[in-house]
Amino acid sequence: MIVAHRKSIPELIEILAGHNKVLVLGCGTCVTVCLAGGQREVGIIASALRMASKIRGQALQVEELTIERQCDNVFIETATEAIERNDAVLSLGCGAGVQAIAERYSDKPVYAGLDTAFLGILEERGIWTEKCSACGACVLHNYGGICPITQCAKRLLNGPCGGSREDRCEVRDDRPCAWQLIYQRLKDIDQLDRLRQIQAPKNWAPSLDGGPRVIIREDHRI
Amino acid sequence: MNSDIFEPKILAFCCHYCAYASADLAGSMRIQYPPNVRIIRTPCTGRLEVEYFMKAFEQGADGVLIAGCLEGGCHFIEGNLCAKRRVNAAREILSEIGLEAERLRMVNVSAAEARPLADHIIDMVQTVRKLGPSPIAADATSITENLS
Repeated sequence: MIVAHRKSIPELIEILAGHNKVLVLGCGTCVTVCLAGGQREVGIIASALRMASKIRGQALQVEELTIERQCDNVFIETATEAIERNDAVLSLGCGAGVQAIAERYSDKPVYAGLDTAFLGILEERGIWTEKCSACGACVLHNYGGICPITQCAKRLLNGPCGGSREDRCEVRDDRPCAWQLIYQRLKDIDQLDRLRQIQAPKNWAPSLDGGPRVIIREDHRI
Repeated sequence: MNSDIFEPKILAFCCHYCAYASADLAGSMRIQYPPNVRIIRTPCTGRLEVEYFMKAFEQGADGVLIAGCLEGGCHFIEGNLCAKRRVNAAREILSEIGLEAERLRMVNVSAAEARPLADHIIDMVQTVRKLGPSPIAADATSITENLS
């Protein structure tokens, strides 16, 4: 899922300066699961904005709404009336959600209420970790299902770097060495032979260097 | 109450298994505490969420007191520890808003501790009285009206 965290209230107040009626729009998908932009967080942030504006002598009116998914037209349409009756939208969706709303309501300012951080998983309650860099050409099959692009601080495809201490990364000692994990995992599944293959430099063309990526599936188009 | 002195409106979320019982005991023991608190009984302080505290302040509370079981003595094992973390998170948000974090406080008492509960309430009232009325409360829907 996409993992995000909220911007601070003073930052949001600054972003919303000049507006009198704002819709705080939540998203019921990834950001609900990572407890950053779901219905509950919409309530908390809307409440905080109302109070903060009152303390600053402003009279910001804040409406709350959460839709199922901000990156899907079918659900975005359900927010049309609420978006139209407000001066601006503070989206608590991920970066994709914010842009999806902005593209569809050309005359309405749409602001990001969250900082979208990474693609990750819930490691344990209250802890999310990054797992995927969305590089566009997955190499996980070579590394026992552990991504060296994301997990290794140096993004080494032919590791380890030799700098790890015990099983800790030398760049961040609060994180395990990705190559230690890869070695252990390949050993467990009896595929250590894979490490004998020298990997060629990765082709980054499918990644972000060519601008925003598009996937077209003709078999699904109508 | 003396009309010249600011009398804060304080909402107290009291756990059914400890603070609510100790408030009851305070009554039986004729231990007095300021009438500024409006007590809401909760099944466990672990039931409380950040949005409850936010709504309380938004609707005009000058202070919010959360009274749960002693640490290690929660009827639901660790509900009070969950509440402690949520109270800390809410205090951070209050600071960001520009409201004094001291207006939100969590205390721990057992069901037998009527006197300590009364002391906590007295201390809370004094703290909020020093801070003055909540700037949110000025034209908020009165929490007293909501509860009456």
